[in-house]
Amino acid sequence: MTTLHVNGRAYQVAVEDDTPLLWVLRDTLGLTGTKYGCGIAQCGACTVMIDGTATRSCQVPVDSVGDADIRTIDAIEEDPVGRKVVEAWVAGQVPQCGYCQSGQVMAATALLKQTPNPSDGDIADAMTNLCRCGTYNRIAAAIRQAAG
Amino acid sequence: MNRLLTVASPNLPPPRRDPLELQIEAQSAVPLMKPDGVSNLSRRAFLGFGASALVLGALLPSMPVRAQTAATVKPGTRIPAFLVIGKDNAVTLLSPFVEGGQGINTGLAQIVGEELDVNPSRFTVECAPPGPDYAVINGLRMTGGSFSTRSSYPLMRRLGATARDLMIRAASAKLKVKPQSLTTEDGFVIHAASGKRLSYGELAPVALALPPRDDVALRDPASFRYIRQPVARLDVRAKSTGKAVYAIDQKLEGMLYAAVRHAPNQGTSVQTIANEAAVAAMPGVHSVHTLPGAVAVAADSWWRARKAVEALSVSWSAPAATGFDTVAADYASSGLLGALKSSTEAGLSAETEGDVAAAFAKAAKVIEADYDAPYLAHGQLEPPSSMARFNQDGTLELWAPNQMPELFQSVAAQTAGLAPDKVILHSPILGGFFGRHFLYGSANPFLQAIQLAKATGRPVKVLWSREEEFRMDALRPLSFSRFRAAIGKDGRPTAIQARTVGEGPLGRWFGAVFKDPVDSSAVEGITEKPYAILNRRMEYVKFPHPVTIAFWRSVGHSMNDFFYEGFLDEIADAGGLDPFALRMELLKDKPRHAKLLETVAAMSGGWKRGPYEVDGTRRARGVSMASPFGSETATIAEVSVQDGETQVHNVWVAFDPGSIVNPAIVKSQVESAVALGLSATLFEELVYKDGVRQSHNFDDYPILSRRSMPAVHVEIVESGAPMGGVGEPGLPGVPPAVVNAVAALTGQRIRSLPLAKNRIGV
Repeated sequence: MTTLHVNGRAYQVAVEDDTPLLWVLRDTLGLTGTKYGCGIAQCGACTVMIDGTATRSCQVPVDSVGDADIRTIDAIEEDPVGRKVVEAWVAGQVPQCGYCQSGQVMAATALLKQTPNPSDGDIADAMTNLCRCGTYNRIAAAIRQAAG
Repeated sequence: MNRLLTVASPNLPPPRRDPLELQIEAQSAVPLMKPDGVSNLSRRAFLGFGASALVLGALLPSMPVRAQTAATVKPGTRIPAFLVIGKDNAVTLLSPFVEGGQGINTGLAQIVGEELDVNPSRFTVECAPPGPDYAVINGLRMTGGSFSTRSSYPLMRRLGATARDLMIRAASAKLKVKPQSLTTEDGFVIHAASGKRLSYGELAPVALALPPRDDVALRDPASFRYIRQPVARLDVRAKSTGKAVYAIDQKLEGMLYAAVRHAPNQGTSVQTIANEAAVAAMPGVHSVHTLPGAVAVAADSWWRARKAVEALSVSWSAPAATGFDTVAADYASSGLLGALKSSTEAGLSAETEGDVAAAFAKAAKVIEADYDAPYLAHGQLEPPSSMARFNQDGTLELWAPNQMPELFQSVAAQTAGLAPDKVILHSPILGGFFGRHFLYGSANPFLQAIQLAKATGRPVKVLWSREEEFRMDALRPLSFSRFRAAIGKDGRPTAIQARTVGEGPLGRWFGAVFKDPVDSSAVEGITEKPYAILNRRMEYVKFPHPVTIAFWRSVGHSMNDFFYEGFLDEIADAGGLDPFALRMELLKDKPRHAKLLETVAAMSGGWKRGPYEVDGTRRARGVSMASPFGSETATIAEVSVQDGETQVHNVWVAFDPGSIVNPAIVKSQVESAVALGLSATLFEELVYKDGVRQSHNFDDYPILSRRSMPAVHVEIVESGAPMGGVGEPGLPGVPPAVVNAVAALTGQRIRSLPLAKNRIGV
């Protein structure tokens, strides 16, 4: 049994130690807002915050998480910064297919928590998640708006 | 083993064709869509001599024009099939189309809401189940070809207006007042004289049972409140908070998760599994299965299933040693391209005008160039999955990403040995599609879900890992065209010739319906160009690929406009003319195109080819035009080159789709198409070598990232021409505009994509 702290709640999970956090969230806990895209930490669709840091959960073995505070998109509106990001995403009409946007919103929230007024360079460095619909410019604009 | 994929011969009435209708209907296409790609057929078979082709041929005469039930239904007219209005006045629209990011749910809510008089923001839009009501594209139902809005716009307006009239008539009866004394306001019928308000929800049970009128007047477009407005998308909040539910997110009581591993060489099959018992004993594993061309493991979680399936020690049958009949052991993209280039087969005319031979005989100069473009993966971020459950009442329930519900339903029924009406199909929103979710035989996972649900007696969700998706995705075909142009003494082109050798997805998947031997999806973008080059011969030679080929955003235009517009710049250079000025001259009798070209020039601050300096870097611009899917585009790209890599700084697109429904969504779609077009221009190439694909994931198949995203400037020009498509047309102009800009900057003419495989030097 492993205890995970997700969105402020403690969960007991019985999975192999090397199970990626992504699959525990999705299949064991039923928190499907976090997406599977590539499984090799290339695309960022699975981004969650672990102790406030944007992390690609497909490459995080569940036994490495310990007592860390895991935050997922499913509870993003409980976070004041996350709420601002979501509102900026809606105002900027960012998503198209939307599949990558859970990860994008998490990466943006983590960025703004650490750097409340990011420069273009900060955005470029932090926002490396892939979007096949090419919403990159709207994402950057929404981050600037949320920061504003 | 392949029994699963055998097509049953349907006993259906003889065809009855209305020549005025579009060429295909979903039901008739069912037996035609090969349940597997050509990969398991020999090329001989594909050309019409083999057993599989005979099966196909035998089916042809018995094709129904449409299902029997469909004969009595005029698609797009039965209001209860489209509108569900609850007592709480909540409006649900059952859509013929699937939402995959293109914004069709919002657009339809605007169109119906405008006439029904309900604010589109109050709509819930869902993809309708299979049924004849939804075959609104001239008797066919699909989400593709940038057809959705333009095909349904008049129907959905009429549907909304007719439904509103029913509400008014029901209210008139209930209130015992004349219909003329009633008005409507956002879901209510209002009797101004008495101040009474009746909600559509309370009227609906009576209203929807009334006989609809077929002559209800439509709203005057001058009074539109929702159509042509940038109405907010209905799905952005759910998609910004992780609440949108995709196929991959769905779960059933008692469900098993399945992971699969496909044969390394497509078309080969499982011989033996050395360690099946050991894998079956791994944690959480329910069972190990052999499928056509694949092994599968069902388990209590997907991660356990995946670990187990990857632990299987499988020996596979050997592929053919060589040749293009199958994906042979030595199959290579480079080998196929060589074969396309060296083909000497006589071409069929795709477009012929004037006297080409005479023009070439008199030419002051003749230029010739070969262009090619690679296989491309769709790379939609949501990996394919499907869920199947056999219900106790004898039905099969299926959740499968798809762009053609009736076709998937029919093939699922054949696979499961059921009548089509025993298959309940759910069509979830798509985490990107770009053409990925048409029926491509072994490239769709739903057949595996059905077989595994049958084998295990449990509901099963099959999910392909990204690596399996790269192995199995149906591909934008590798393409090749050879061009020649005759140039007169004045530097103007007098004739153009093109020879396209290859295969398009329309011929592959619908070839038995579209009987034209010239596959339009292979030559579109080379034919029907607007330029006044009076002598033309565009020819086509069919050369089937052994791999599974696909529709990919903008289909043939995705490479052919690159070929043609790149070569047109070569023509300009050969004649000593500016490429923009030459285009303007060749369009002087085409006001719609000329205006678009002028518009894009103005958007970019006036045409300048360059090179010129900006912030210490040399930049240049390229221009192109395209006429995809009933719309027109003019595109200018601005590039620089650093360390051999092309950086695109700005893309300007003037876009004329005739008329529009939602300007914000149209702009988003053009931005998105530009991004995908640029991704293909700069980076993407799926290479076959030694019979296997060389890309496995996004690390060795790079796609456009933020780093390479230019500023995109879009201006919509509503010429008033018949409504064209929106989702795809922004793409085709991008590759040639970028490549033409690179040539202007460096003198290097790129005729083979992507740019990443060429070192660009200034």
